Amino acid sequence: MPHDHHDHGTPHSHEGMSPSGHPYRADNDTALTYWQVMEIAMRELLIEKGVTTSAEVQAQIDVMDSRSPANGAAVIARAWTDPDFRQRLLENASDASREMGFDIGPLQLIAVENTADTHNVIVCTLCSCYPRNLLGLPPDWYKSRAYRSRLVKTPRAVLGEFGLNLPDSTTIRVHDSTADMRYIVLPARPAGTDDLTEEQLARLVTRDSMIGTGLPRTPE
Amino acid sequence: MGGRDAGPVDLSQHDFALWEKRVDALMVICSSKGHFTVDGLRRVLEDMGEDAFETMTYYERWVASVNQNLLEAGVYSIEELGRRMEQVARRGATYGEAAEGTADA
Repeated sequence: MPHDHHDHGTPHSHEGMSPSGHPYRADNDTALTYWQVMEIAMRELLIEKGVTTSAEVQAQIDVMDSRSPANGAAVIARAWTDPDFRQRLLENASDASREMGFDIGPLQLIAVENTADTHNVIVCTLCSCYPRNLLGLPPDWYKSRAYRSRLVKTPRAVLGEFGLNLPDSTTIRVHDSTADMRYIVLPARPAGTDDLTEEQLARLVTRDSMIGTGLPRTPE
Repeated sequence: MGGRDAGPVDLSQHDFALWEKRVDALMVICSSKGHFTVDGLRRVLEDMGEDAFETMTYYERWVASVNQNLLEAGVYSIEELGRRMEQVARRGATYGEAAEGTADA
């Protein structure tokens, strides 16, 4: 079953998990590492040199924290309900997203549309380029060697590991992002959703469905 | 690394620590102000070689790369960095203690 969750069939205890269900990562209360020392020193020097301020660093973190897949989901739901918007999104996803008030920055965003016979999935084999303005920070697996190495070679097998088993008749297109050009998948609107509002539709759009490693939820 | 062999995709996820978010923020701020480019970030990451992917975490590789780019751009010197890292390391045994006394604490 395609879904965004991180609990892919492996039973585990939620003990020691954060409220979002992830293990806590060593932070303020564990032994200081060399790289943490470097971060602190670098940040202090940048502030002293007038390159940035502590307020600016915090504001940037706040921006990052405020971005979530809900942004992308709103764009997808609009495309499902407004054919003119869908057309504009496919022509220029940066401008179409800006139309909805999302800050896309200078990057070129390309929406790739899933159809009855074609499924799209995105990767960055070079590093970790991701439509972070619409989806937030990428999941850990997106940045992993395994995903980046194998998706371009054996996409069907990799998608299978996400629980997405597509028929052999479906063409899979893998899109390799770059720093300046990023992709977002426009998934197909699920059947049986004719009566839903744009807001209700947005709730069906999962993060993974916009990466291409999943499909939207179906209405209950 | 596209096309190479590798094991199954690990789908587990961790919450980002404050220091990791700060590295990300500093990358965005410094590159948007023209101190280096994303290509510069990636060049250093690729120069680290394959071992770095096994021995360092994602944001450890990033902080190393951002730092290298800032040194190359002359934003601060290796001596300034070395002195500051020594001072920071002496402040305490944890990230919280070491980050204290800064403008952010």
